Amino acid sequence: MAQGRTSFEKIWDAHVVSALGGDRCLIHIDRHLVHEGTSRNAFDGLRARGRRPKSLGLTVGVVDHDPSTLPGRTVDTYPLGRERIIAMQANCREFGIELVDLHDPRQGIVHVIGPELGITLPGCTLVCGDSHTATSGGLGAWAWGIGTTEVERVLATQTLVQKKPRNMRVSFVGRMSPGIFAKDLVLYLIGQHGIAAGLGHVVEYAGPVIRGLPIEGRLTICNMSIELGARAGLVTPDDLTFEYLAGRPFAPQGAMWDLAMAEWRALPSDEDARFDREIEIDCTRIKPQISWGTLPQDVIAIDERIPLPEQQVPNRRETMAGALDYMGLEAGQRMEGVPIDYAFIGSCTNARLSDLEIAARFVKGRKVAEGVTAMVVPGSSQVKRAAEAIGLDAIFKEAGFEWRESGCSMCQTLGGDSVPPGKRCISTSNRNFDGRQGPRARTHLASPAMVAAAAVAGAIVDIRKIAH
Amino acid sequence: MEKFSTLTGVAAPLPRAGIDTGTIIQSVWLRSRSFDLGQKLFSDWRYDSEGRENPDFVLNQPRFRSAKVLVAGADFGCGSSREGAVWALQKFGIQCVIAPSFGEIFRDNAYQNAFLPVELPREQVEEIGEWAARSNDSTLTVDLESCTVRRSDGVEYRFTLPAERRVSLLEGLDETDTILRSEAAIDAFEAADRKARPWIYLRETA
Repeated sequence: MAQGRTSFEKIWDAHVVSALGGDRCLIHIDRHLVHEGTSRNAFDGLRARGRRPKSLGLTVGVVDHDPSTLPGRTVDTYPLGRERIIAMQANCREFGIELVDLHDPRQGIVHVIGPELGITLPGCTLVCGDSHTATSGGLGAWAWGIGTTEVERVLATQTLVQKKPRNMRVSFVGRMSPGIFAKDLVLYLIGQHGIAAGLGHVVEYAGPVIRGLPIEGRLTICNMSIELGARAGLVTPDDLTFEYLAGRPFAPQGAMWDLAMAEWRALPSDEDARFDREIEIDCTRIKPQISWGTLPQDVIAIDERIPLPEQQVPNRRETMAGALDYMGLEAGQRMEGVPIDYAFIGSCTNARLSDLEIAARFVKGRKVAEGVTAMVVPGSSQVKRAAEAIGLDAIFKEAGFEWRESGCSMCQTLGGDSVPPGKRCISTSNRNFDGRQGPRARTHLASPAMVAAAAVAGAIVDIRKIAH
Repeated sequence: MEKFSTLTGVAAPLPRAGIDTGTIIQSVWLRSRSFDLGQKLFSDWRYDSEGRENPDFVLNQPRFRSAKVLVAGADFGCGSSREGAVWALQKFGIQCVIAPSFGEIFRDNAYQNAFLPVELPREQVEEIGEWAARSNDSTLTVDLESCTVRRSDGVEYRFTLPAERRVSLLEGLDETDTILRSEAAIDAFEAADRKARPWIYLRETA
């Protein structure tokens, strides 16, 4: 009998246009999401070749990186954001690409609206000129980030040459304790295994804990695959996936849905599928996570101390001194009680409705601490409206949070939002690199609950000690 | 694409692990074409808050200002997919980075731009970096024909890269052109796929 296949291998096999020798193949791209941040030169390249997009129906554009997120924004609210938005509008018009523009009710962060609109489908290949494209893997897609030359290539050919990645499985077993969320699982994984663990692999997140996670939690985990070093990560589809997708605007309907379902049901990895690398994570041990340094692997549990250099493996030891100096922290120090200046709830990692609901529980009836700037930037305009419909905006605003329009925002100094030099921000986003939220800004990555509680306390706190 | 065969130039050591693409070029500098990416390369490290050069930063030191090769730590170019990181290095004059490992998207972006990511074992990268830091003449020759890095003092290191990448760089092949030469295969795939997975193509007829 033939060797069983992983879910990724099934997707790969279904998309091979031609074999190119070795382990390289020309791969068909089913879904191409394009945003203003990385597509401008690609459109110029297409124009220079005298080409039109090959498959318009498989391409959707969105404006998310550059606009201001201030209420009542226009394309001019943040002047420096204007140039690429205008170029995007003109390019999509010229080439006939459907654009989810600034004032479109469907507007939002590209990785939030892909799943939300049902553009992302199980078993599809999906690319976008953005490293957090793996988010869409939460619905069982093979989704990965590409550069601008490759954006042009997909526009021109609807394909990419790919070297077949290896298969890694991360199984989350045990039980999640109260106060633990999807973000804690993925931060813990990266903290334990480092930013290069996933290099060359597609990661399948599996195990009973993943099966028990709602879709939005799976999207959060897949989102940070790139922080583990992997371009793509996925959760194989199940009934929860299908329930999530049913009725979404871009998803198939009726007889077409039934046809798709027959194929989607066969997507999970075979029992005897072989993974090149297996990692098991016992979730019972996981406590609320917080980053202390300037790499996504610099993570500890809230009740732990920042490691001493001698406790670190050599390749982490050498980056430690610089990271601590940058962060204004010391080895051996506790994170609990460290005062913060900013609290950011947003980004493609953690700004979906369930994230805002969880955060609101820690905010309701309380006030943002004096001296703290706190903001909520919903992941999409649809998330924003859904949150407003259940009164979350009122909870945040009464507490002293800013309630913004959707966009990438303070996750990486976009749309005019940044953390000032030397200031400390606790953030639901995905990267704590040097300068990510602004020159010399200090970032601490955590779950929405941890960020909300810290905004109220004015310092990093252990949410397990807080009533909600 | 331009060809890449050999490169001879000053190597600058930047022995730090996990240098992400956002540190190489901050997102703000990609927002408008009015910014000079070469001048903005590593802007947070190169300049202080008033825009004055930080004299300690390697690329501000007289002997490394004309660097063509960067010798860096592991996971160089991790993080964001921005191809602007490669463009900024090139605009500065750097055409090759030697490191123990690279972020995958950065590495692929490099290949698209006739920019060479050379992967060598960590000990060798450190050796080259330390030599570049203390040598009076840190000139390196990176030869893609022979896949060697040769120091001005004659010490040589051999590297490998995927065969097809090497050929593409040496011949300056444009992968999009190559793919388009077999466009019929793509059309045939899509024609069959429209029957097999029609739900993928719903928007084409909508």
